Amino acid sequence: MTRAKVTAPGLKRRLGWAGLLAWATLGLPGISAADDVNSTGLAVTEDTVKVGILHSITGTMAISETGSVQAEKLAIEQINAQGGVLGRKIEYIQEDGASDWPTFAEKARKLLVNDKVATVFGCWTSASRKAVLPVFEQYNGMLYYPTFYEGLEQSPNVIYTGQEATQQILASIDWVVKEKGAKTFYLLGSDYIWPRTSNKIARKHIEKKGLKVVGEEYYPLGHTQFNSVINKIKLRKPDVIFASVVGGSNVAFYKQLKAAGIDLTKEKPLLLTISVTEDEILGIGGENVEGAYASMKYFQSLDNPNNEAFVKAFKERWGDDIVIGDVTQAAYLGPWLWKAAVEKAGSFDVDKIREVFPGIELKTAPEGYVRIHENHHLWSKARIGQAQKDGQYKVVYETEDLMEPDPFPEGYK
Amino acid sequence: MFADYSMPELMSIFAMQGFAGLSLFSIFVLMALGLAIIFGQMGVINMAHGEFMILGAYTTYLTAGLFENVMPGLYGIYFFVAMFLAFIASALLGMLVEWLMIRHLYHRPLDTLLATWGLSLILQQAYRSIFGAREVGVSLPDWMMGSIAVTDLVEIPINGLIVMVLTLVIATLVYLLMFRSGWGRQVRAVVQNRPMAEAVGIDTGKVDRITFALGCGIAGVAGAAFTMIGSTGPTSGQLYIVDTFLVVVFGGAQSLLGTIASAFTISQAQSTMEFFLSGSMAKVLTLLVVVGILMLRPQGLFALKVRR
Amino acid sequence: MKTTPSASSLMSRENLYFLVLAALLLLVFPVLLDAFRLNLVGKYLTYAFVAVGLVLCWGKGGILSLGQGVFFGLGGYCMAMFLKLEASSPEATASQSTPGIPDFMDWNQVTELPWFWQPFHSFSFTLIAVVMVPVILAFIIGVAMFKRRVGGVYFAIITQAIAAILTILIIGQQGFTGGANGITDLRTLMGWDIRSNEAKTVLYFVTSGLLLACVLLARHVLGSKLGRILVAMRDQEDRVRFSGYDVASFKVFVFCLAAALSGIGGALFTLQVGFMSPSFVGIVPSIEMVIFCAVGGRHSLLGAVYGALLVNAAKTGFSESFPELWLYAMGALFIAVVLAFPNGIAGLYQRYLMPLEKKMLGGLGKAANTRPTAAARRMEETP
Repeated sequence: MTRAKVTAPGLKRRLGWAGLLAWATLGLPGISAADDVNSTGLAVTEDTVKVGILHSITGTMAISETGSVQAEKLAIEQINAQGGVLGRKIEYIQEDGASDWPTFAEKARKLLVNDKVATVFGCWTSASRKAVLPVFEQYNGMLYYPTFYEGLEQSPNVIYTGQEATQQILASIDWVVKEKGAKTFYLLGSDYIWPRTSNKIARKHIEKKGLKVVGEEYYPLGHTQFNSVINKIKLRKPDVIFASVVGGSNVAFYKQLKAAGIDLTKEKPLLLTISVTEDEILGIGGENVEGAYASMKYFQSLDNPNNEAFVKAFKERWGDDIVIGDVTQAAYLGPWLWKAAVEKAGSFDVDKIREVFPGIELKTAPEGYVRIHENHHLWSKARIGQAQKDGQYKVVYETEDLMEPDPFPEGYK
Repeated sequence: MFADYSMPELMSIFAMQGFAGLSLFSIFVLMALGLAIIFGQMGVINMAHGEFMILGAYTTYLTAGLFENVMPGLYGIYFFVAMFLAFIASALLGMLVEWLMIRHLYHRPLDTLLATWGLSLILQQAYRSIFGAREVGVSLPDWMMGSIAVTDLVEIPINGLIVMVLTLVIATLVYLLMFRSGWGRQVRAVVQNRPMAEAVGIDTGKVDRITFALGCGIAGVAGAAFTMIGSTGPTSGQLYIVDTFLVVVFGGAQSLLGTIASAFTISQAQSTMEFFLSGSMAKVLTLLVVVGILMLRPQGLFALKVRR
Repeated sequence: MKTTPSASSLMSRENLYFLVLAALLLLVFPVLLDAFRLNLVGKYLTYAFVAVGLVLCWGKGGILSLGQGVFFGLGGYCMAMFLKLEASSPEATASQSTPGIPDFMDWNQVTELPWFWQPFHSFSFTLIAVVMVPVILAFIIGVAMFKRRVGGVYFAIITQAIAAILTILIIGQQGFTGGANGITDLRTLMGWDIRSNEAKTVLYFVTSGLLLACVLLARHVLGSKLGRILVAMRDQEDRVRFSGYDVASFKVFVFCLAAALSGIGGALFTLQVGFMSPSFVGIVPSIEMVIFCAVGGRHSLLGAVYGALLVNAAKTGFSESFPELWLYAMGALFIAVVLAFPNGIAGLYQRYLMPLEKKMLGGLGKAANTRPTAAARRMEETP
């Protein structure tokens, strides 16, 4: 586990820092006044600071990551318009991970070693994050990771701005049990780590309540034939289909569900998804998912002044017909959280920022108030929305309090 | 696992599952027919076959948009126009590709594999630049969605039926074209003995071009049909390519009938196994069995008696 | 750079080319490149192992395998399993519910190390497995298919299907394989930290050295009688068969050899990159590796190395400056190599640079003047 290592790179850095100080007192050239806010040789000048954006522009993941790139750029532009961070304009260097995990690691190393960026916003899939993680730990960089994911990780070099699995799952299952009287569940997902882990957490939670999981099934990524599983669902008649199907498979799944005569608006069975954001609905078509419930922390339709301003700015920058999903919003938080942390620490140094992280809060987030937990995840609310024909969600429930992030839930430690 | 269910429930489930297998079958046939012509008859390994299908799907998407905005009254029938346009678009692109690239490579089949793989990369990026990286949703007229309830439990999806009918029509047309028309005779003559065909005055270059275009065109129609059940994105085409090739090879590449029979075998096997196993394992097992049989019987199930 | 061992002057020319490559890898790159770039080159070189293997079985033997990623991946996974076990010592994983097993197993409620992981506690077993696991799989595939005279296109498609099967299987068996994320967070090799810059430099030299050794081995094989039978088989299989040779066995051998090379490449890849994932096992990487070989020149061992280096360097360079253009460039490269330069860089070199070189040097014997061009011409005629 990575937790034990929190102090090790920090110590090493500080020694390096002492060395640098000694160098500076000797009066060698090349040391500018940027020192007091940057003692680790980051690309920070009197009026600029460089950051990295690392997502897939090409390849299969480009579909998903586009929104995150747009959100991060928007946040950076807005911060610059407000005068930047510690009086410095943010300049971003964008690299393409090309949906290829070693490329992610390679580009992360380039950003940290060659470009000396102060921080990196990026990654989308778990696999890409796992690939860059050793690089960030080795060079003591800081990554802001936007996607909701399976948890089971907590690195001193990553801030997770999306939800870990329990934040998405527990409250939503409680809700369908309490409000909809659900007793039986059918778990269905794409075949990779996130759906499998999520379903394990869900199963545990369901069985703890004395309720029943009547089926659990996985299909390869990109699979487009769901007739068999739909037949099984019809046979076992669960109250809830708990779906974590991703990517292109989504389109096939919902279209075939509808074609097979399962009308989600009738809620028999009810469909609860943790993978379909407004982004995905664009591809699936609103009429095919109408009536499904999604558990997220953010919906574009959230009714609060922060979100109104955010949606307006986003559309002005990237076009009117764009939709904003949960991950896009989480990506938007990255630069703002970084700015808040830098200003609190009074420095761009990663170690100093890490020390001030717990308790960093953002009152102006589109999703509402968020705060960074000691475990580097965000305290945030869980919300349930019901998909509408126009491709938007109608928020039907939100937790009263912020949900505590718990990346290592019971039974996984 | 059957103990929990009543007899009528079981019967209806078998009926539904049988139908699921049939609709998978028609999808396999649609995917494979175009390739069976291009690969089986012409010997060209077209790795860009999936991208030709996606071209059909994007054509359908554009047509849907056009009808919605310009002539909403006719929206109910747009799909048939879209299919026709998809055929034309893919066939034209196919013709161009044949002229620029494939015709130089007929004597080097393995090289067509590399070149068409390159083509598929270019097409993917082109789709991405034109239509954006996100998947597009193609909406269908209401009458094409939904299902016919036969009994309480048995419901037949309408779009599945449409795909089946479409498959039947296209397969029949291809059969008539290849085996009952003068042009089909020319194609078969060129495939069997090129110099001889040239000697009796067949314009082999033209036959090649049109055959290739026909194969691509059918791929386009398949792509149009897929918008009913699957997704349309720049890289969607890649998902189909391995399955498609296996169907063609398994059937015995030179035999169109073999392709259909192999599509039937594979689809039934897969959908039966999907019912008893998890989706991923069903897929692995199906592929393993197919590969295993191909190792034992490399000429495929229904090969002509030719030793290669 | 066809091996015609009778001409001694040509041999010396071949040796010269080999020395140039050796100097480039062992001297020029380490001096000119910083640690980051050198590590990149080291990664590219691991693909060159696969490309060299492809020259043997595709260029010389006429067997196009679209499943080389499978062997690369298997070699890589063997090494990754060893490193993961080392990283998962009971002390390091004390916080897990079952200490001493890899973290992803713990998350998947696997409570005991599966039997096929057990032997990977041993480094010597791992080294053997890196070569033997790919070889055994290649042997099974090869015997099943070549004995039945399956070749060409069919072989390519079936190997491709095998790549697809293995990918789905690895992803599906998450508790035993690490699933889609792969086996990650590998830190040390026998206590030696492989993530430091010094370690990466050492690994670079190990990779270069092994690659050069593999090229020599491949050259030796091609220079032997076996190499000539291989080429004869590619061009006129039936004649070789009628001459009494067991064609299938030769094919199986060369396919296994290519698999072994790929496995070594995969293991070195894992060491340098620090993780292994199913995305190197699938169809796309397998085809990309074929293109490295085709760009370098499918008949030339050294060309394959240059091909792997150049295509990957171009990929990195292009995607740094114009990510959108990269796929166009890559696609165009595929088509251009097939249509215009079927013999790749090596072919271009032989056709354009070699005559020039001869004009300048002039003094080389007559034999050297005629033979390579004749060889080059012969290569262009045979697909």
